Amino acid sequence: MSAALTERQDPSSAPARTSSRKLTERVFRIRESGIIAVLIVFVAITASIQPRFIDQANIQFVLSNTTVYALLALGETMVVISRNVDLSVGSVLGLSAYVSTNLFGHSPGIPVPVVFLVGLGIGLACGIANGLMVAIGRVPSLVVTLATLYIIRGIDILVVGGNEVVAQTLPSSFIAIPRANVFGVPYLAIVIAAVIGAGAYYLRSFRSGRELYAIGSNPEAARLAGIPAGKRVFTAFAISGGIAGLAGVLWAAQYQTIDSTAGTGYELTVISAVVVGGVAIFGGSGSAVGAAVGALLLSTISSALNVLGISPDWDQAIAGFLLLLAITLDRGISVKLTAALRKRSSGVGT
Amino acid sequence: MEPDQNALPPESLPSENTEAQRATSPRRASGFRSALQPALRWETGLAIVAVAVVVFGGLTSSQFLTSANFFNMGVSSGEIAIMALPMTLIIISGEIDLSVASTLGMSSAMLGFLWSKHWPMLAIFVILAVLGVVAGLFNGLLVTRVGLPSLAVAIGTLGLYRGIALIILGSNTVSNFPAPYNAIGVNPVPHTNIPYSVAIFIVLAVIFGVVLHATATGRSIYAMGASPEAALFAGIRVKRVKTMLFVVSGLVCSMAGALWTFRLSTAVWNNAIGLELSVVAIVLLAGVSIFGGKGSIIGVVLAVIVFAGLQNALLLTNFNQEATGIVTGGLLLISVFVPNAAALLDRARGLAISRKPAPRSAIGAAND
Repeated sequence: MSAALTERQDPSSAPARTSSRKLTERVFRIRESGIIAVLIVFVAITASIQPRFIDQANIQFVLSNTTVYALLALGETMVVISRNVDLSVGSVLGLSAYVSTNLFGHSPGIPVPVVFLVGLGIGLACGIANGLMVAIGRVPSLVVTLATLYIIRGIDILVVGGNEVVAQTLPSSFIAIPRANVFGVPYLAIVIAAVIGAGAYYLRSFRSGRELYAIGSNPEAARLAGIPAGKRVFTAFAISGGIAGLAGVLWAAQYQTIDSTAGTGYELTVISAVVVGGVAIFGGSGSAVGAAVGALLLSTISSALNVLGISPDWDQAIAGFLLLLAITLDRGISVKLTAALRKRSSGVGT
Repeated sequence: MEPDQNALPPESLPSENTEAQRATSPRRASGFRSALQPALRWETGLAIVAVAVVVFGGLTSSQFLTSANFFNMGVSSGEIAIMALPMTLIIISGEIDLSVASTLGMSSAMLGFLWSKHWPMLAIFVILAVLGVVAGLFNGLLVTRVGLPSLAVAIGTLGLYRGIALIILGSNTVSNFPAPYNAIGVNPVPHTNIPYSVAIFIVLAVIFGVVLHATATGRSIYAMGASPEAALFAGIRVKRVKTMLFVVSGLVCSMAGALWTFRLSTAVWNNAIGLELSVVAIVLLAGVSIFGGKGSIIGVVLAVIVFAGLQNALLLTNFNQEATGIVTGGLLLISVFVPNAAALLDRARGLAISRKPAPRSAIGAAND
């Protein structure tokens, strides 16, 4: 969005260009470092009230709680950047978590990587279905994924029946995955951070990644510029699904009791995380790193409520409120930015 | 992003979906009747499907075609049907409100909370009405005055209102409502076999039908769904009307919350969770275009019959009740894909290298 606005500037007017770039930079600073500042202030305040908040056990707890959300946020970021939305991630996570880990009980001794592959496969299948309907069907992704949110959950309920996967059937090497530490930092958090870093690099620097931003900024212009919009959007949904599938297996390793409600309502938290992390809900702007920090902020808030003795009942309302706040602020910024750019370019013109 | 989400250039309209286009189409023979014909075609199809569902239900279960079962059908779909009416107007105006089920839940939680604090029922009803109006107004102002896409607002308030329900009631359950009120939920209107919720739906359907199809406000709702910019230039107060629609939706959903609570004689924070899917599914099944500007109340009434019949048939066939989302979700997908089937086939054949802009609306972009 910001990039598109900058390009609309008259290239011959150098001074206007630099100042508009400054303006753009300021917005980027708000987008990225603003959320980090909020996180730091929030942690500082909570820790000053309750020092237990920043002891090693709680930091580890928050980090491992964040991993699943941050991973989901990566896939959702790609979808939202292309001016779409994937509401089905929670259901995909639930289906993948049950079906993949149920294999441990059915065929004991099955290698852990195979289980992850099964989870990935389930997620990819769901993502491909979403992507095909959105890209070929030209139906708003909100409607398609609202439907698949319930269809996939319904399939999950039918598959699970009244059963559940319990911790006893899971091998210890599998359960150990979220609990392994390197110098006190969960091993998994490092791996996820690396994956998100790779995802952010892809979106930032690869042609097909940049094209997602272009599609989100202006789908019509992107198409006219020769970008295969349908293909890119399809890929974004497929990746989001695949990631949700993997996240399901990790979720299972973390919580160990998997019934048909696994991941219910996660879509709201994930979309909140993405939007709070500075990804514009109108598409075309934001980064995977921001989204991950958004996820970290949400689980930090949730943990802070817990540490401060406030009921976890507040979690959902806070997530919804932050989402609305983030999009309202973003809207305000973009209106101001547009007005400022208009004023400047008209000033240069006369 | 555009400076104004509502200001779409006229050429980017989903032209094949709007009544305006139909009226000016070269095939038009004469005025009003032919303008309504394509809509009638969808509704005729829907009526056939409704009959088919009833026949299918009658064949699968001997209990289906009994008056007791029809009563159950009405009772179990009444609130959904009621909420579908304001949703219809909102979608025709080019927006969407996904917070309906959460508003219902918030109202139900408030009802339970205040009743457990021994408030008089009449005062509670006033509070619920205010709550619904405020919830709707909040949605409406965010969409029209702040200029946010209703997609984003809907997801936000979907979580926020449900979260407030959770804060109000926590994990408590309130169920000691007085018998006369619970009777509203489970007994028919005296001297008839019609549940109260269905009676309310019928009355509201008539009111909404008249407003939508026979008043200037109703026509303006179509106009703003077809082209917000043209509607604005035609002097229609787009923002005010849309805000009113959200307010009405909030009020109606809050009322549905009371009905829901009395029917189950329980107030819990997660009452009607996920019900927004059913409401949206009914409205789109009714032939209302997700891009706005098209649809009718008759369609909604027929869609309600199809929906209630299907749900009930599934109930009688011992289908896992928690998994009915598969059917509802499938219904939703069919409703959005069937009207586009011809265009889809064209595209699949690679015949149409479309230079027409993709349909766009405030609730999201379609991609190709």
